[in-house]
Amino acid sequence: MAKHLLSPLPGTFYRKPSPDAPFYKDVGDTVAQGDVIGLIEVMKSFNEVRAEQAGTITAFLADDEEPVMAGQPLVELG
Amino acid sequence: MAIRKLLIANRGEIAVRIIRAARELGIATVQVHSAADADMLAVKMADEAVHIGPPHAAKSYLNIEAILAAARQTGADAIHPGYGFLAENAGFADAVEAAGLIFVGPTGDQIRTMGDKAMARKAALKAGVPCVPGSDGRIDSPEEARAIARDIGFPLMIKAAAGGGGRGIRIASDPEEFEALMAQASAEAKAAFGDGGLYVEKVIERARHIEVQVLADGENAVHCYERECSLQRRRQKVWEEAPAPTLSPALREKLCASAVALARAVNYRGAGTIEYLYDDRTGEFYFIEMNTRIQVEHPVTEMITGIDLVREMIRIAGGARLSYSQSEIGLKGAAIEVRINAEDPAKNFLPGPGPITALTVPGGAGTRFDTMLYQGYTVPPFYDSLLGKLIVWDETREGAIARMARALGELDVGGLKTTRPLFALLAADPDVRAAKVHTRWLEPWLEENQQRLQEQEGTGS
Repeated sequence: MAKHLLSPLPGTFYRKPSPDAPFYKDVGDTVAQGDVIGLIEVMKSFNEVRAEQAGTITAFLADDEEPVMAGQPLVELG
Repeated sequence: MAIRKLLIANRGEIAVRIIRAARELGIATVQVHSAADADMLAVKMADEAVHIGPPHAAKSYLNIEAILAAARQTGADAIHPGYGFLAENAGFADAVEAAGLIFVGPTGDQIRTMGDKAMARKAALKAGVPCVPGSDGRIDSPEEARAIARDIGFPLMIKAAAGGGGRGIRIASDPEEFEALMAQASAEAKAAFGDGGLYVEKVIERARHIEVQVLADGENAVHCYERECSLQRRRQKVWEEAPAPTLSPALREKLCASAVALARAVNYRGAGTIEYLYDDRTGEFYFIEMNTRIQVEHPVTEMITGIDLVREMIRIAGGARLSYSQSEIGLKGAAIEVRINAEDPAKNFLPGPGPITALTVPGGAGTRFDTMLYQGYTVPPFYDSLLGKLIVWDETREGAIARMARALGELDVGGLKTTRPLFALLAADPDVRAAKVHTRWLEPWLEENQQRLQEQEGTGS
């Protein structure tokens, strides 16, 4: 069964550290536990989203700059 | 031409504030909103509401085309930008006027001049307003910056010429640090604002933040006295008062006259605030910047002068002359405002949006609560954390602090952590009560009082 990485907070999901920067991670990348995969902006404060487990990213379930709820799946890990 | 229908290009408590002023003037209101704000209080209060885009501000409240389309669609003849978002965007002011509408605020060129730190400084010096020792204009070369640094000494503040709201500011305490930070600051300014120009000035240590409210109609200008906002966290004001408690009447007169001189020098139109650093040991004050919009903390000025600043700025935008001559504007008593934010002061001000399960709002003599909250409302995570502003007035500052403590005791925002416990402690603090504060007073105080803030929380505050 695919593992999901959930958003810890409600807010806006970003896949890059700044508008001109590359994505933190892409589909096919391997992630180690603790790797930053994106940011959640909540009330103008930016919080890093870190992988709670290792794996390979098979899909992003939320787009860059998409509004997300707390507990919403952001990434699918294979 | 008097305004008939006003579109509010903002959200939250300031949108509510603007609707109230417009309604008293008999002006119809149009509230624009993002998909996340369909149930906000201003949408419920306005005569009409228009959905302008997704939650992300860049796609809604910062989307100039969508806002102008909403104005066309509803037949609005004026746009009030509030504060933040597009309020100090000169291109927006120009676009509003180009569309044949009234921008409730200054001209695009005035925003441009005062919004550029180097240009604003030049205008201030020309009007005879004292400025912090620093570069007389923007600097583009490291050699130039080094020469100025040698001249004025350390510590030095490096700012982006195009920056604002405390962004991109760095402090260097020696030449070595200065070299490293200058390169960083220029690269960051280039990335953030598309302009790597810098501005260097001396750090005035242990200064107070004092600002003068002005009103102007393009020809004449008056001041509505000053506010002191020295209690800041990360350069964000948390507690504001009027008048500045330690300013002598002679110095007050000099400070306010300098603000009026600057407003006149640029033929300013609308409500504006001229910000200064004040060194109470030397009695010197220095211009830092002008905010060309209504400010969050404007109600303390309204409380001590009795003037409705938002109403006056709408009247002026509609073509009216200033309603007041300087001699008609008096200063009475003392007012304090605190910002009730959806942040947990016991957890390093962690923001926490969510549903409002219960709400008790303070009332009584000299008490005002400007808010966007209502019971059952869900505070969205996409915008800033300001929920409301608790404002009190009394005949004396001591009375106002006692009233603030009393009013904070009545305030109950159920469901969210707020900054209320912080203000209960500040209102009881001996330094705050004696007005012995400066812009770097609050941050160390927060560290020292971390445990008390956590205990305060434990009592259900």
